[in-house]
Amino acid sequence: MKRYLWTLLGAALLLALTYVIPPFQNYQLATVAAYLCATAGLTVLTGQNGQLSLGHGALMATGAYTVALMQNAIGNLPLSLLAGVVVTTAAGAVIGLAAARLRGPYLAGVTLAVAVVVPGITTMFDDVLGGDQGLTFYLAPPPFGYDFPFERWQAWIALAAALLTVLLLGNLAAGRYGREFRAVRDDEIAARLCGIHLARTQILAFVVSAAAAGLGGGVLAVLAQSVSPGAFSLTLSLFLVMAIVVGGLGSLAGAVWGAILLVALPDLTTRVTEVFALPTGLAQRLEGNLPLAIFGITLIVVMILAPGGLQGLFLRIVKRGR
Amino acid sequence: MERLAFLTVDGLSRGAVYAAMALALVLIWRGARIVNFAQGAMAVAAAYVAHSVTAATGSFWLGFLAAPAAGLALGWLVERLVMRHVGHDRPLNAVIVALGLVLLITAVLGIVYGNEFRPAPPAFDRTAGFALLSPYDIFVFGSVAATVGALALLFTRSKAGLRLRASAFAPEVSRLLGVNVGGMLLLGWVLAAGVGALAGMLIIPTEFGLHPNAMDRSFVVAFTAAVVGGLDSPAGAVIGGLAVGLVLSFVGGYLGDQVTPLAIIVLLLAVLLIRPDGLFAKPAARRI
Repeated sequence: MKRYLWTLLGAALLLALTYVIPPFQNYQLATVAAYLCATAGLTVLTGQNGQLSLGHGALMATGAYTVALMQNAIGNLPLSLLAGVVVTTAAGAVIGLAAARLRGPYLAGVTLAVAVVVPGITTMFDDVLGGDQGLTFYLAPPPFGYDFPFERWQAWIALAAALLTVLLLGNLAAGRYGREFRAVRDDEIAARLCGIHLARTQILAFVVSAAAAGLGGGVLAVLAQSVSPGAFSLTLSLFLVMAIVVGGLGSLAGAVWGAILLVALPDLTTRVTEVFALPTGLAQRLEGNLPLAIFGITLIVVMILAPGGLQGLFLRIVKRGR
Repeated sequence: MERLAFLTVDGLSRGAVYAAMALALVLIWRGARIVNFAQGAMAVAAAYVAHSVTAATGSFWLGFLAAPAAGLALGWLVERLVMRHVGHDRPLNAVIVALGLVLLITAVLGIVYGNEFRPAPPAFDRTAGFALLSPYDIFVFGSVAATVGALALLFTRSKAGLRLRASAFAPEVSRLLGVNVGGMLLLGWVLAAGVGALAGMLIIPTEFGLHPNAMDRSFVVAFTAAVVGGLDSPAGAVIGGLAVGLVLSFVGGYLGDQVTPLAIIVLLLAVLLIRPDGLFAKPAARRI
């Protein structure tokens, strides 16, 4: 019950926030929400169930392309997002079936292959999926009249998706399935002895996590009103892993930190490079690559020095403050 | 018939390079129980060093030799500065740190050299010379064979090789017997990075050119090759590399180039689901 109240309170606060902040920041807020769907899903899979997936960028692409195709075919947004979730869930079930038999680096290798190879599939079926150009689609204007800012409408869609995802995943993690996920992560033999079906639990975690990634990808497509393979490269998958590791593996609050960082850090580096009057060539190269470098260093440093991530650090500070 | 012969030669030539990359993966896996997911990125970095050396000196071969040297240095740096400090409580840690290295290396390359493709000329002519074998193919077979031979000699005929094998299989006992296990780990990383860099120099000219992400797909293929042979078996890595090269060449040649990405996944999944320890491993008892 407490969880629903918190969600309602969060929703009310965020709703108020969308009226205060300017359109561009609404758009950024929406992007954070879209990433949050995926990072929350990956947190359940990697943090709570111990399966590392490097392929969630590809799962987001599945959701995004489904939404784009459905928007062009029917044009009903809730239906398109639902279809995106359903199709990605199916894809996740296929990968999850294989993943349940694989451990450690083997699983990482297979999901890496998915991340590297899937964007190439768009050129394989370029008459349907638009090849390297991708697809664009039409998004109906908000139903509140034409003077309602479009970015605020997008933020509402994205926030609704993110809150729903976090609420459902939070319920799942707190209940019986969440306990089973963690039991399998910590000791497979002990979990088996307690009567937990290993493969079924792992597949369930993968499917749930894929559904969340599909919703995140679909929302990301709605924000851009287009999809292209370049947006779902291997780098995106690595970003998602970075986000959950930095946020703190296994906690949904950590997933929020990670999603915020994914949007805030590139923005921050762009502003910093703007402060120094750099030659345009160098500035351009820095703009695209500096966030990558910082993400990479963060990943290495956090993994070596503070495996608890930002959320762990935050909790330690809170505890000390009391 | 001629097409079949051409695809076979092409597949074996690519496969030889995949074999070298797979061998580098196996070297580190045996020593440290880590799959080095950063190997592709490290090889690309070495290839960029070669590019710079060639541009500065005007000599192609000086640049070509600079790549394995840069690879050795990079392997040393990565082990000393990063991998040595990774906690071993969970196997995921090393994988995630290697992925951080991938991000960092591609980003630094992108900042220094830019994210556009640069031409990477092959060392020799790639059009078929005599009997379908191009001079470049001969060069590839020669250099991979020389590398594999040198590694085999090192591992089976030298004292360092004995220590390397000992510390990989029984680190505690080796340490008690006075083997510098940490040093052997470092040596393994350095050797592997050097071999990986050489493989990068051989494969990049046959693809689109030099780019910070140029080795992404090749790495996945090399991982597949290593898994086909079994991550623990150097001989398996070589055979796995050649086999994967052949399969991909036939798939690309007969079914179309667009199908190869799917073929990689199908091949990898098939091997992992049917023989997770590789085709050449003896079946071992598995817990649960």
